[in-house]
Amino acid sequence: MDNLARKKESGDKTILFDLSQTTVREMNQFLHHDLEKEKLGSVKITHPDGAHNIAVGLDAPVNVDIEGHAGYFCAGMNKQAHVTIHGNVGWSVAENIMSGLVRVKGFASESAAASGHGGTVIIERDASLRCGISMKGVDIVVGGSVGNFSAFMAQAGHLVICGDAGDGLGDSIYEAVIYVRGKIKSLGADAQIESMTDDDHRILKDLLARAGFGYEPKEFKKVASARGLYHWNADANQEY
Amino acid sequence: MSNLSKEESFLFGHDTIQYIQHAAATGLYDIRGLGAKRHLPSFDDLLFLAGSASRYPLEGYREKCTTTTVLGTRFAKKPIELKIPITIAGMSFGSLSANVKEALGAAATELGTSTTTGDGGMTPEERASSKTLVYQCLPSRYGFNPDDVRRADAIELVIGQGAKPGGGGMLLGQKITARVAKMRTLPAGVDQRSACRHPDWTGPDDLTIKVQELRELTDWQIPIYIKIGATRVFNDVKLAVHAGADVVVVDGMQGGTAATQKVFIEHVGVPTLVAVQQAVAALEEMNMKDKVQLIVSGGIRSGADVAKALALGADAVSIGQGVLFALGCNSSTWVNHEGQHVNASEEYAKLGTMPGFCHHCHTGKCPVGVTTQDEILEQRLIPEVGARRVKNYFKTLNMELTTIARACGKSNVHHLEREDLVALTVESAAMARLPLAGTNWIPGYTAI
Repeated sequence: MDNLARKKESGDKTILFDLSQTTVREMNQFLHHDLEKEKLGSVKITHPDGAHNIAVGLDAPVNVDIEGHAGYFCAGMNKQAHVTIHGNVGWSVAENIMSGLVRVKGFASESAAASGHGGTVIIERDASLRCGISMKGVDIVVGGSVGNFSAFMAQAGHLVICGDAGDGLGDSIYEAVIYVRGKIKSLGADAQIESMTDDDHRILKDLLARAGFGYEPKEFKKVASARGLYHWNADANQEY
Repeated sequence: MSNLSKEESFLFGHDTIQYIQHAAATGLYDIRGLGAKRHLPSFDDLLFLAGSASRYPLEGYREKCTTTTVLGTRFAKKPIELKIPITIAGMSFGSLSANVKEALGAAATELGTSTTTGDGGMTPEERASSKTLVYQCLPSRYGFNPDDVRRADAIELVIGQGAKPGGGGMLLGQKITARVAKMRTLPAGVDQRSACRHPDWTGPDDLTIKVQELRELTDWQIPIYIKIGATRVFNDVKLAVHAGADVVVVDGMQGGTAATQKVFIEHVGVPTLVAVQQAVAALEEMNMKDKVQLIVSGGIRSGADVAKALALGADAVSIGQGVLFALGCNSSTWVNHEGQHVNASEEYAKLGTMPGFCHHCHTGKCPVGVTTQDEILEQRLIPEVGARRVKNYFKTLNMELTTIARACGKSNVHHLEREDLVALTVESAAMARLPLAGTNWIPGYTAI
């Protein structure tokens, strides 16, 4: 964050990619290899028109603004970069994110931030099925509601849901923690409601502030693992 | 002379009765490592028709016989060139020790072939020791990160595994040490499940976009393999090609695993013999044979197996279990730093087994230090010793392969062809679509 701010202060130029004129391949190639060479601190992408794989694999302290809707895997495997999508995104936005920030101003389709290892993903409206599936350390804040099976097999990190959650929330969850402000249609196997601790309040307050949402931590309930599936249980008769 | 009646039922034989009574006593199914132990149609059911009057053989071990193998020529800017068509299959750090992974990398490098990561990510040891390393992208995504993708020489997107297609994976808690747990972002000591589905895509159309994502990440430089466990091979290979694979890897049901349910190992999937035939048929129907390369795995043991796989249409093979046996799996001894063989029979006995019968990879108590994370046991596999043994094994396979190829008159192992083969049994003839030996009959394909 500091890095970016410094670059901006020093008067970095912004480069514009118009995807009605440039291919995703040409743009990604530039973003992978020429950003730092050109000392560019920000990138604007226009006419994304739902194209897939926009800004995949970035590894530079750069601000990227996508002016419109993006398709699958937008900002996939992101490191360092701050990517803002001024629209909706298709499946698996910021999948396997390692660091940096990805903000979706609109809605996100399925598997948002799947397997994210680090960084922050903010979805200002709703996220569809399997939001945060297999998450491994990413922090996700959803301004609206999430679909069924969100945080399935979630290993680490935080999923904040300011709206409601669908069926099977946190199924087979490991050490990730979920905070839900609205209703939970049902919990998945081995997920349970737990009391909010002081640490939870502190973490949640910070996440909400980073996302720019004005809710109070006390409005949320916490979902975490009952750790009953950490060792296979034959007596459960496979009815978890 | 005993007058005891010992009329054993075929349907409810001794083993079956034992299985039922074990299930009745415990309410548990068996979990074990390695691959199918039941009899299955295999490459043993095929024979080569070598040169004679109608075909002209090459001199046994002197005339040149090329084994160079190039993989990933379809889209990748940097295809992989291997000196031999025999590669090391994906096996995870977690199921195997770091010493073993290092040994495999060193062996592959010396041989001029590739080795493959596995579930759990890439260890620095194997990257450092492997000239050509294939990095698996698995449903679990344990330890998966873009830096390692960029460090890889190829990516293998794993959809399934021959030993357990559709089944995901498991690594029992006793093998989840602090290092394994850290790499996989899991608490140490828990039973780890590897998901059976990828988290970020589902159907074949999504897979196409996923492949494009990996290409974008790597700037279209390195090959992308798609690996499938052999079930509906014909359709799955076509979908993998449609999705943009440079290389398709087909793993037959004789393939191994570090741990899964025995019922899965023995009863799910189709034999490698069927898999290779169907995979080649799919590539030919799409006119993609030789444009998309085919790697076959699942119970490849010998140079004869390699030669038969290539003759059926594979471009290369991949070996897992054979490599483990070469390292010393199921050996009665392990080799210490003084080069002495130390007897391990007692440790096998503690596991309730003996050398030659052990499949207790899942326990983490491998008596010879191959499939373990135990600090003491893993020292029983010295990387240099392991590398030498795997190198010798592959060298033997390659010599056997070229011996057969020369006998069939081929100066390049990739010139082996279906016409060089016949089948010994009606079932293998039908499955491999080869004529039954001594006939022109391909059951289910040509009239008698």
